[in-house]
Amino acid sequence: MRPVAISVDAPEVSRNLCRKKNYTYTFLSDPKADVIRSYDLVHPGAGINGQDIARPGEFLLDSSGVVRWRNLTEDFRVRARPEQIIEAAKALP
Amino acid sequence: MAPENVTERRRRNWHLWAGFFLCLIAIPTYPFVFARFPITRDIPWVNFLFFGTGLGLLFCGLKRAFGQPQRYRGKTAGSISALFSVSALSLFCFLIFQTRHLPASAGAPRIGQKAPEFVLTDINNQPVSLTSLLSTPLAHSSAPAKGVLLVFYRGYW
Repeated sequence: MRPVAISVDAPEVSRNLCRKKNYTYTFLSDPKADVIRSYDLVHPGAGINGQDIARPGEFLLDSSGVVRWRNLTEDFRVRARPEQIIEAAKALP
Repeated sequence: MAPENVTERRRRNWHLWAGFFLCLIAIPTYPFVFARFPITRDIPWVNFLFFGTGLGLLFCGLKRAFGQPQRYRGKTAGSISALFSVSALSLFCFLIFQTRHLPASAGAPRIGQKAPEFVLTDINNQPVSLTSLLSTPLAHSSAPAKGVLLVFYRGYW
């Protein structure tokens, strides 16, 4: 399974984050929140300078791009636990 | 006449200082310590415990300071600390419940729907499409990934 992290952070910001924490998976930048908007995950004005950012959400897609599992937390402090995601990934064909 | 009250020095009111200290650390320990563990992050019960115990101690301390002013100090300092601590608790509650104000996102792709295609820039400023993520083989195998997990996050700015 391939994890892909998406936010409004610029590529440089994500690059520094990956270097600091030794993340090796894909980080993508959506600075104008266009894709975030197309997924209806936009949190208008919630950024520190009033910019639009994403509300947290995870989607597990199968190899044809169909959503098999998703998690839209009601509270951004509460995240999906890794065990939940691994369970869902095991169920992929 | 034996001036026993006059010579007895007023004691420090340790309840006030302990209570104030607990309320002081109750907010910063959340992001720096307790938010790291889901068990103490999802519901910040330890921080509420710090506030509860701290305010309880402050209350005891104030009772002593006002009830027995000859034996215990701290009427002014204690009142100011208590006021600060109650404000800190209100601020903490406000901040914690703020995180629940999220948009409904009713239009987000549901189970069984195809996720919208996109092209975004990776950390090396290269364009990456969802199609390529789904079809490109993973680093150490020849087969494409069984699936892709899209993790949308707020960002660190």
